[in-house]
Amino acid sequence: MADSKELKLKEKQEVSIPAEHTRPGPVFTPAVDIFETDKEITLLADMPGVAGKNLNIDLRDDTLTLTGDIEPFEGPDENDILVEYEVGKYFRQFTLSEVIDQEKIEADLKNGVLRLTLPKVEKAKPRKITVNAA
Amino acid sequence: MLIRRFFENPAAYRNPFAELDRMRKEMDFLNSSLFNTDPRHAFSAGVFPAVNLTEDKDNFYIRAELPGVKADELDIQTTGKSITISGERKISDEDANARYHRREREAGRFSRILELPGDINTDKVEAGLADGILTITVAKAEVAKPRQITIK
Repeated sequence: MADSKELKLKEKQEVSIPAEHTRPGPVFTPAVDIFETDKEITLLADMPGVAGKNLNIDLRDDTLTLTGDIEPFEGPDENDILVEYEVGKYFRQFTLSEVIDQEKIEADLKNGVLRLTLPKVEKAKPRKITVNAA
Repeated sequence: MLIRRFFENPAAYRNPFAELDRMRKEMDFLNSSLFNTDPRHAFSAGVFPAVNLTEDKDNFYIRAELPGVKADELDIQTTGKSITISGERKISDEDANARYHRREREAGRFSRILELPGDINTDKVEAGLADGILTITVAKAEVAKPRQITIK
């Protein structure tokens, strides 16, 4: 694609969350895309460095919480020469206005991008009731 | 002239120092953005992707966060002491009927040249991509490795 734009550097957004962590370290907000179709809500989140087992998705009442932990990947003998970005946890919370079918939620983490599909609850289908004549 | 403008602008009339105050605030903002006091980002080149460079005895390690970039969309080259990382981040098109609530992730091309602080062995450069993190391991040239000197 010749017409695609140049990517600009964006600093990672650090957040302060109300509850303090037992383990100190910076916490970042992952960048997300959220879109909705008639059937579902899809959320895409950039969480580089988070392995599947360290990702926590929690939907309680109407609050969706994403938490991603990072395992240190630097070798023990490595010394920093240049540090342009920091590594830390990811945390983000959303309030959902739609009712979500909790059973059918799908999460897929690939190349550091989480794809979360939240299907909406199917509306009660009209049902015809036949009366049995005696 | 000065007096007339004074009375035409009711806000300035109420507080003649409001304008000065606004200027001062703007200057403060400029100062804080130009001379970013956070020392951690003082040396950032401001080019995507942000990289972290570390070294140990034998290698340099370059790490960059590239979520959603596949290995075949990346191009890594070495020339002399520098490494070029270029590629394109693509975001797949979704359903045309989808209504976006948020759109924070960005797509686009990027290219960055990073010069390493020592001689490298260009034959021994390895790159790996895992969980959206690119790690390039660059072996140091023999002359750049630290040498233990024993005292006789």
